[in-house]
Amino acid sequence: MTQRLPRQEHTALLEVSDLSLRFTRRSGWFRQSYINGLCNVSLSVARGEVHAVVGASGAGKSLLAWAVMGLLPANARCTGTLRFDGQPLDASRQARLRGRSLALVPQSVAALDPLARCGDQLRWAAQRAGIPTTSIQQRVARVLGQYGLEPGVTRAYPHTLSGGMARRVLLAMASIGDADLIIADEPTVGLDHANRERVLGYLRDLAAAGKAVLLITHDLRHALKSADHVTVMRSGTTVECAKAHQFSGEGSQLTTAYARALWQALPSNAFLQPRPVNPVNEAIDLA
Amino acid sequence: MRVMAWWVQHLLRLAVVIVAVAIVAFGLIAASPIDPVDAYLGDRIAQVGPEQRALIAQRWGFDEPLALQLGTWLGNLAQGELGWSHIHDAPVSEVIASRFHASSMLLLLAWLGSTLLGFLLGVVGGACEGSWLDRAIRLYCYTLASTPTFWVAILALLVFSVRLGWTPVCCASPPGVVQSEVDWLTRLHHLALPALTLSLLGVAQIALHTRERMRQVMRSEFALYARAQGATRRDIAWRHGARHACLPALTLAFASLGELFGGSILVEQVFAYPGLGQATVEAGLRSDVPLLLAIAMFTTLFVSVGNLIADGLYRWVDPRLREAAR
Repeated sequence: MTQRLPRQEHTALLEVSDLSLRFTRRSGWFRQSYINGLCNVSLSVARGEVHAVVGASGAGKSLLAWAVMGLLPANARCTGTLRFDGQPLDASRQARLRGRSLALVPQSVAALDPLARCGDQLRWAAQRAGIPTTSIQQRVARVLGQYGLEPGVTRAYPHTLSGGMARRVLLAMASIGDADLIIADEPTVGLDHANRERVLGYLRDLAAAGKAVLLITHDLRHALKSADHVTVMRSGTTVECAKAHQFSGEGSQLTTAYARALWQALPSNAFLQPRPVNPVNEAIDLA
Repeated sequence: MRVMAWWVQHLLRLAVVIVAVAIVAFGLIAASPIDPVDAYLGDRIAQVGPEQRALIAQRWGFDEPLALQLGTWLGNLAQGELGWSHIHDAPVSEVIASRFHASSMLLLLAWLGSTLLGFLLGVVGGACEGSWLDRAIRLYCYTLASTPTFWVAILALLVFSVRLGWTPVCCASPPGVVQSEVDWLTRLHHLALPALTLSLLGVAQIALHTRERMRQVMRSEFALYARAQGATRRDIAWRHGARHACLPALTLAFASLGELFGGSILVEQVFAYPGLGQATVEAGLRSDVPLLLAIAMFTTLFVSVGNLIADGLYRWVDPRLREAAR
């Protein structure tokens, strides 16, 4: 199931164009200051593909995820457009679609309530996704099977799960409502090789089943292994958006120096030290 | 098996606490200027000569060493023999039983009222942090927390009993009526104002602590994730918030039993409610040593059992504590 589908021209399910984001902060009585979060981020994700967003910590990858889900704090100001399934994705639509069409696989196990059994949390996720009460049990059984979880997991509390198991429970919660877009925020952090491959495989399966998957990761190697498209982010902006196969050889098919440097810095390639290659982005870093 | 071990350990601890309190209470009474013979004689003191006093003292064992007296008392205590209350002219166990029976309803109502109301206010305040509702709840709590109980009691009495005439001014039943003929509605009518006043005491603390935990929960990662699943604020507040917030609320509710009992002394005094609190004040003022000591022991048991229950419930609510004990 993990083999790649031939790339076709899908219509984009999620379109992000010129998304900018800043946080207002009060300084003094009347003045406000701003902190920039995102700056002109554009990308699009189609059904049937895994689209990876790669960048270092602080590059704004998670902010992008929260902006799409509509989970930003109250002091965030967004500009630019988000479109989902051809329609503008505004706050009220986000609230309607959260859990139903938009699903998130969170970064850490702390996203599970430590005082509730995993089975309850799965059922709650199903309820929140609008699954009728009569078919919740059946849905829970289905996702447990889908992610290779024993039925006994439903009785377990989150702190008793291993890292890999917890991640699969989170995947099960994200896919219990059959969402069309699944945003996986660093789903492989802290996992060993086998579990990492397994999680990436599940994400590919979701794409093969016609879902759009936005994979957020800091590791270009994981992204390239499983994604069709890779967007490189740096300092809150998208630097490069390329097909996965363009990351090859010397990186000559890549258009920006930063993406090329990132590619060449991989241990399996030239293992080169990245140089300060992009003066524009350096300026953003300093700002 | 582990549950058994836990209970054995905690019951042993409870026994140690009770013995320690008994020894300290006995020591304090022995060191106090109260002379039990004088207290027993009361008004008849002028009719009694020194020889007779010495005879009484000898009969009661006051010529024996203090340690021996303590041993005798502890032995009697262990057999359930609490002594004779001279101000009520009845066995201490009977006095405590009847007074606690009167107080128990008051304490229970006040305890339930303060716990439930405090928890509810805390959950709502914490879930809507910063809203006008939250501000109102906080203002209410801070005002309550800084108001003395007896003052609230006097104020309530003035407003509801004297001015409005809604509730009776005193006692647990109308004066001049035989206890057995008082129906429960009348009892409840007499109970209402003391119970309400006493329950106000615990509300503020429980509400503020619950609110604090709710705030933490609403900002937690799992609350954010619940929002990502499409949960509403109310859904998060009840499914996640209330579950987490009942830990501090439970602890406080059971730990505050002592405070509740202390409050009941003041409230029963103001409302002239014939409960255990009033009996404590009388026993102290009129030097009824057996009754005073027995009430001290009874209160210790009451508060310690409350804490024990809180410990047990804590393990039941938080699975991580259950694991930690293993």
